[in-house]
Amino acid sequence: MGLPVPPFAHDVFGPDAIILKGLDGLNWRLKDYEARGGYQALRKVLAEKIPPEAIVNEVKKSALRGRGGAGFPAGLKWSFMPRRFSGQKYLVCNSDEGEPGTFKDRDILRYNPHVVIEGMALAAYTTGASVGYNYIHGEIWDIYERFEEALAEARAAGYIGKNILGSDLSFELHAHHGFGAYICGEETGLLESIEGKRGLPRFRPPFPASYGLYGKPTTVNNTETFAAVPWIVLNGGEAYVNLGRPNNGGTKIFSVSGDVGRPGNYEVPLGTPFAKLLDMAGGMRDGRKLKACIPGGSSMPVLPGGVMMQTDMDYDSIAKAGSMLGSGAVIVMDETRCMVKSLLRLSYFYFEESCGQCTPCREGTGWLYRMVHRIEHGKGRKEDLDVLDNVADNIAGRTICALGDAAALPVKSFVKHFRDEFKYHIEHGKCLVPEYL
Amino acid sequence: MIEIEIDGRQLQVAEGSTIMDAAHRAGIFVPHFCYHEKLSIAANCRMCLVEVEKAPKPLPACATPVMNGMRVFTHSEQAIDAQKGVMEFLLINHPLDCPICDQGGECQLQDLAVGYGASGSRYEESKRVVSNKNLGSLISTDMTRCIHCTRCVRFGREIAGIMELGMIGRGEHSEIITFIGKTVDSELSGNVIDLCPVGALTSKPFRYSARTWELTRRPSVSPHCGLGANLTVQVKQNRVMRALPRENENINECWLSDKDRFSYEGLNSEQRLARPMLRRGSAWEHVEWQVALDFVARELKRIRERHGAASIGALATPHQTLEELFLLGKLAREFASGNVDFRLRQADFRADERLRGAPWLGMNIAELGSLDRALVVGSTLRKDHPLLAHRLRQAVKRGMQLTLVNPVDDDLLMRVAAKAIVAPQAMPRMLAQVLKAAARLKNGELPAGQRAALEAIEVTEPAERVAASLVSGKSAAVFLGNLAQHHPDALELHALAQELAALTGARAGFLGEAANSVGGYIAGAVPFAAEPRGMNARQMLAEPRKAYLLLGVEAELDTHDPAQALAAMRAAELVVALSPFEHKAVEYAHVMLPVAPFTETAGTFVNTEGAAQSFNGVVRPLAEARPAWKVLRVLGNLLGIPGFGYDSAEQVRDEILGGGELAARLDNRLSDTTLGMIGAAAGGLQRIGEVPIYAADALVRRAQSLQRTRDAATAVAWMNRALFDRLGLRDGDQVRVRQGTGEALVPAAVDDRLPADCVRLAAAREETAALGAMFGPVEAERVAARQQVAV
Repeated sequence: MGLPVPPFAHDVFGPDAIILKGLDGLNWRLKDYEARGGYQALRKVLAEKIPPEAIVNEVKKSALRGRGGAGFPAGLKWSFMPRRFSGQKYLVCNSDEGEPGTFKDRDILRYNPHVVIEGMALAAYTTGASVGYNYIHGEIWDIYERFEEALAEARAAGYIGKNILGSDLSFELHAHHGFGAYICGEETGLLESIEGKRGLPRFRPPFPASYGLYGKPTTVNNTETFAAVPWIVLNGGEAYVNLGRPNNGGTKIFSVSGDVGRPGNYEVPLGTPFAKLLDMAGGMRDGRKLKACIPGGSSMPVLPGGVMMQTDMDYDSIAKAGSMLGSGAVIVMDETRCMVKSLLRLSYFYFEESCGQCTPCREGTGWLYRMVHRIEHGKGRKEDLDVLDNVADNIAGRTICALGDAAALPVKSFVKHFRDEFKYHIEHGKCLVPEYL
Repeated sequence: MIEIEIDGRQLQVAEGSTIMDAAHRAGIFVPHFCYHEKLSIAANCRMCLVEVEKAPKPLPACATPVMNGMRVFTHSEQAIDAQKGVMEFLLINHPLDCPICDQGGECQLQDLAVGYGASGSRYEESKRVVSNKNLGSLISTDMTRCIHCTRCVRFGREIAGIMELGMIGRGEHSEIITFIGKTVDSELSGNVIDLCPVGALTSKPFRYSARTWELTRRPSVSPHCGLGANLTVQVKQNRVMRALPRENENINECWLSDKDRFSYEGLNSEQRLARPMLRRGSAWEHVEWQVALDFVARELKRIRERHGAASIGALATPHQTLEELFLLGKLAREFASGNVDFRLRQADFRADERLRGAPWLGMNIAELGSLDRALVVGSTLRKDHPLLAHRLRQAVKRGMQLTLVNPVDDDLLMRVAAKAIVAPQAMPRMLAQVLKAAARLKNGELPAGQRAALEAIEVTEPAERVAASLVSGKSAAVFLGNLAQHHPDALELHALAQELAALTGARAGFLGEAANSVGGYIAGAVPFAAEPRGMNARQMLAEPRKAYLLLGVEAELDTHDPAQALAAMRAAELVVALSPFEHKAVEYAHVMLPVAPFTETAGTFVNTEGAAQSFNGVVRPLAEARPAWKVLRVLGNLLGIPGFGYDSAEQVRDEILGGGELAARLDNRLSDTTLGMIGAAAGGLQRIGEVPIYAADALVRRAQSLQRTRDAATAVAWMNRALFDRLGLRDGDQVRVRQGTGEALVPAAVDDRLPADCVRLAAAREETAALGAMFGPVEAERVAARQQVAV
């Protein structure tokens, strides 16, 4: 039970893993990574002088979609970087993994940091960025320290720095840690934070590709996105897309948590049925029934268990089912979970993490939280559910960044799918879930 | 240009503009709070959300760039729904107690809530309360009302140049604060009151004194610095309640300096002189105007008969109106042998013989923003010219190089490319070095008039860098600030600046000290304006006259050498003080005549760019006070001088300005720039006597709230560490500064950016009124903290 303690079996993250393949929890150092074939992609690109455009094309072909939550095609994003821009360009890795339920970037950086470094070096080569930052969540300090160690190894071995492996490529990579603010995981809030300012998201346009870090063209990708790049460069985009499904290329690490037998990270091909993923995670704990599941991190709409069991784990299938794959945090809830209480926890989180910059989120998240709090504590009113839904509507899509949507979607989906439970709370002042469960 | 459609109207708009710009130009109102034309885009209030065809969600008009073929709907169902949603959010935590809010009636939130708010609230949870902050004596806070638009924060960062307000905390806990324990001290701080769309930041002096709908709005012009800021003066029951900016893009834009905004308080000062007063022995007696003026006329005639016309002197401050200065000049030429002057703080009048016209800015104020090089000589720029400094700051942000030749090195809140900080008496030599270095860089000849003076001078590195900056520009200017104008070697600075400008293709200009620093010349209130040529301000005080006519002058505060001025006044047989205020003249004057300040008379100020701005009185004169132009008119008639039969201020103005082009009378050039040798600096301690921002004129000196700001703090003798140590000073010590026969006891403090052997000690203040000239040798000695207790 619980997370595996190193050394663990090489296939603990799933038999089809790419990024987390062959890891035992101790073999994270440079020599281990090289022994697993690490840095071959970088060597190949530099030796063969593969044109950057060709790499962008392979990544486009691979259907690698952003692993941080939005699922934006990575190749397309890279192609936005102005090629002819002669000034400074930046590359930023978003390891500020703050989405409740998500803990995959942590394990990538902990058990296989070099794959991120190699992926970033390849991206730097492709986008023309000469400086990169890996912004690591402030509450996983040991991971930050490990990444610094890995960076030192890579630098000493000539994978990072001036004239990498004797080539023309120069790329300096820095680790940067936040202090735990959720909003700093929002890419433009993250850029502000690197610049030493309050982590307040910027309005777009302009997008980071034209006006990013310090006002320079910048590409921001998630840790897992970068980690997938070396494999794509070595094996080709087509091979990658074939691992998953069309438009949903490759494997995805799902952080499965909640009421399951073996919570943890599982890297499976996109398109894997949820049932199979649940099985890998040890099935429902104590044989209880699946009541609900948030398939993509706390910001995404919750789905009833029945819907979930019919769904495959890829971007398009989950969207069709009415939620989003998001960061791949699968939060599993069994029949003992009170949906009002669960929503209260989520609403408090967004209330507390709102940056306060723009009106709907600053004012609306507190309103949502207070209403749910009242309902949970037996002081709900019958009009509350409609107001909740309407207030959520007034936040979603009207804020500077996606935190507004993230706060609104859970509210809307919880009330939609479990309206009876909320009504029961309001009418009876207590929970529908029997106490004996 | 690209084509877009807003609410069905086809518009041609410039590429790169936003939907808000386009709508604004087309006269379509999009509700907003955080957006402000002069500030960066924040897009945080979300009130300006509009529907854009093909966009999945409403977009903020303020931050969305227009695109060809874009169709925008500002009043569609989606747009209105979004705007109403945002309004509801803004109101849930806002106290809905407009009747007790000082912003009520002029509140953007209140106004827009009428259009976009609901009649009742769905919000039934508890409301947020935010503690108030102490921002100083000018700005009052009610932070619970704040809607977090960050206009005040952006103003500080982008316009004032100093971020004195910022946001801390996250989400609902975010609030606007100052740095811990600090107040807001910028000389432009009051603008955040106008910017704040709600009642979070309001005017402390005005607070709870009137409602906006009770106030009449009357246009006026500020009587303080040379800018001539345009004011809307608000009046209730014949009392000036406050002053607000009247937008004029060419002059003050939408801003006001705190001096222009808050010094109206002085108008209602308890020191206002209500009735004419006549000295009877050692006592003062209220008399009728007729009695007072008869007395003045009789005495003036007597003195003129006994001592001659040249024994009478007329002095005015440059804060008087054009019409007043004109009549005083006319009277002086007819009756006082031409002894008239308004340049009371000037020390060096040698340039008078060589002036070709009225010294002015040398360009339009708005042109400051388009310069790429500017050398400022002798100025406490931010404090003397808050909004000219702002213009230069914006230019620096766009890449202008600012350079300085200055005796002080205050933080100008903008990047200074190169500076030469030297003692006052070394300034001409430093400017000569700059000229010599520029000549070398230009491979040019040294100007003939200064060749002899320049040959002996060696160029130092700071001068080299200032010159290099100046010659590398395409649109450069050399400005002489107040310290240069008050300088004992003002002629040298003027001549050198002129040659430097000629050599480098720069324009030369004066940063006008006061509202009528240009107007005084135009009005002929100078001794060389016409025959008979009389004495200038310095001569009139250095060689005491038997009688003085003082127009707005407070001898010990408005003159270059207060000790000398006071001595002259005390020795005179007759001193006639025309002033809105009772002041130290009670000790030396024989008659005090209550005249109207700018709000109680019609008049004209010619600002530093040469714009003549006329205004009418906004209230009736207080008690028996009368407009000074009327008083001078009657006096002229009583003295039997012809040509004083004016019916209105306009008539006087028309005679001054005539049909002629005012611009033709502006000229900074000296007819001859020949200089003798420029001496090396003398030894000994030198005084740097600047005029503090809130001590500059009689009105601001009586504005109580401004007098409680940091800029109005007690006079301090500043010196560098070496001098401080040499005098044996320790923190908390006072220093006795002696100059001539006078002395002042003031606290001593260290400013290590001051040049060696200089004591920076403000003029125009009570504490230093016993001292002599603003510049020149002084002595200083330590008075230990303990000694004071014994005293």
